[in-house]
Amino acid sequence: MEDVRPVEDDCQAGHMQAAQAGHSRRNFIKGVIAAGASVSASSYVFKEGAVARAQAPGAVERLVTLTVNGRQRRVDVLPQETLATTLRYKLGLTGTKIGCDRSECGACTVLVDGVPQYSCSMLTHQVRGRALQTIEGLQAEDGTLHPIQQAVVDEQGFQCAFCMPGFVMNMVAMIDENPNPTRKEAAQFLSGNLCRCADYNKILNVALQGAEYTRRG
Amino acid sequence: MAVIRDMMPAFQLFQPTTTDEALGLLDEYRERAWVLAGGLDSFDWLKDRVKRPAAVVDLGGIEALRAIRPAAGGLEIGAMTTLREVGRHADVRDRYGLLADAADLVASPQIRNQGTLGGNLTQDTRCWYYRDGWNCYRAGGTICYADTPTAMNREHCIIGASRCVAVNPSDTAPALVALDAEMEIQGGGGTRVVAAEDYFVGPDVDIMRMTVLEPGDLLTAVRLPETWAGARFYFEKSRDRQVWDFALASVASAVKIVNGTVEDVRIAVNGVAPTPLRLRASEDAVRGRQLTEEVAARAGEAAVQGVRPLHHNGFKVALLRNLVTRAVRGDEA
Repeated sequence: MEDVRPVEDDCQAGHMQAAQAGHSRRNFIKGVIAAGASVSASSYVFKEGAVARAQAPGAVERLVTLTVNGRQRRVDVLPQETLATTLRYKLGLTGTKIGCDRSECGACTVLVDGVPQYSCSMLTHQVRGRALQTIEGLQAEDGTLHPIQQAVVDEQGFQCAFCMPGFVMNMVAMIDENPNPTRKEAAQFLSGNLCRCADYNKILNVALQGAEYTRRG
Repeated sequence: MAVIRDMMPAFQLFQPTTTDEALGLLDEYRERAWVLAGGLDSFDWLKDRVKRPAAVVDLGGIEALRAIRPAAGGLEIGAMTTLREVGRHADVRDRYGLLADAADLVASPQIRNQGTLGGNLTQDTRCWYYRDGWNCYRAGGTICYADTPTAMNREHCIIGASRCVAVNPSDTAPALVALDAEMEIQGGGGTRVVAAEDYFVGPDVDIMRMTVLEPGDLLTAVRLPETWAGARFYFEKSRDRQVWDFALASVASAVKIVNGTVEDVRIAVNGVAPTPLRLRASEDAVRGRQLTEEVAARAGEAAVQGVRPLHHNGFKVALLRNLVTRAVRGDEA
């Protein structure tokens, strides 16, 4: 029993590891200030009550380290905070969209250790130590688009495109698993994402074109 | 209740790494604790503020609960194994394809990547009156909102209702009932094992639970006996759309045929009763016979004896009859 502590203690351990890993005290403090700033910036997004609840006993904010798009990001995370919330409102990675917030639309799909999952329906604390990939991490450093992104541009794959980041992340996972999918296999793989513009035909064009770009290298 | 777009209310989050640690926490917090497996059922409740646990115990860090291993000629599957892992595992596919097929039909790909076998079996019912926080029988109140003249009850029970008319929504449950699986439960009183069929609790026994789990208990593993390995299997899930949806009705069957005659058979259904249901009358109509069209039809008829459809779900009677007939016939699902 004594080994199991609430998450805030785990987080403390996490930040100590980060500190031991060679981060200077100055950088550490900067990180805390930046995290604090993003918390207050995000507070207007949430309803007033959430801020009051966030300060209730047992919901102490603590610093954790997340691996997002290959970078170590230190961030304050509440125990009840979803990954989608952390990505968007703490880390500023607003490419990940929150649609239904109930695992029913797929707009929030990100890759966790390469596996597509709904970031609205998992706690950020559940993915500490896992490799997270979001839409922001697809483009190469020199600005070259990921083959799937290039296919979106070439095929004009989306209409309003709110669902696009979720679809694109799922397509990235798809070509990793099945580099040469049939249209039916692509539809099956992407069936956990909704498009309210019902642009599915063009979305599947993107999936197949993106797979072909990837195969060509 | 409107969908709330906001942070979940605060809770303490625990992430134990052993089953004993988890059991200690559940014992400490009892009714105020919430067990978090994949979270797909849990977060709806927490986000909608219908359930407000003080402590959430996340089982995701317990490696021992996440393995598929041979056991006594069969297989043992840890409760935290994801549905994706269950559906893809070579031994499950080869020997217990019924369970793999059921796992592959749950919800959407992303949900299967995260949802667990234990969570799929232990999830709460989807009755929207109940889930929206109405004070119905199941929530401790004195009425069933789904069983009134104006209620929307297309998805509800046609068999075995007792005040509450909600159904069990699990896809893997009927497969495990048909496979004679056993559930391993750990709790304050030690480890106990119950038959899959007895794991589920109807409203006539306890209207406020879906399973035999008491506060402080954990479903830790599912055991598949050798008995039905490699039998002829059939799984079909009928739903309004082919992704995300829960079953309107589902059927799982296992048949052993020797010299053209059915030596033994299991037929289980879900989505039609408060618990997954083993259809013994349909099994009796098939056992010892050849699988003819007539035998299949008789099994289907036996399945719908004594049904009591509600205002909007009369279609489930024909659906259940046809699903059982198709299962016996062994149609392509």
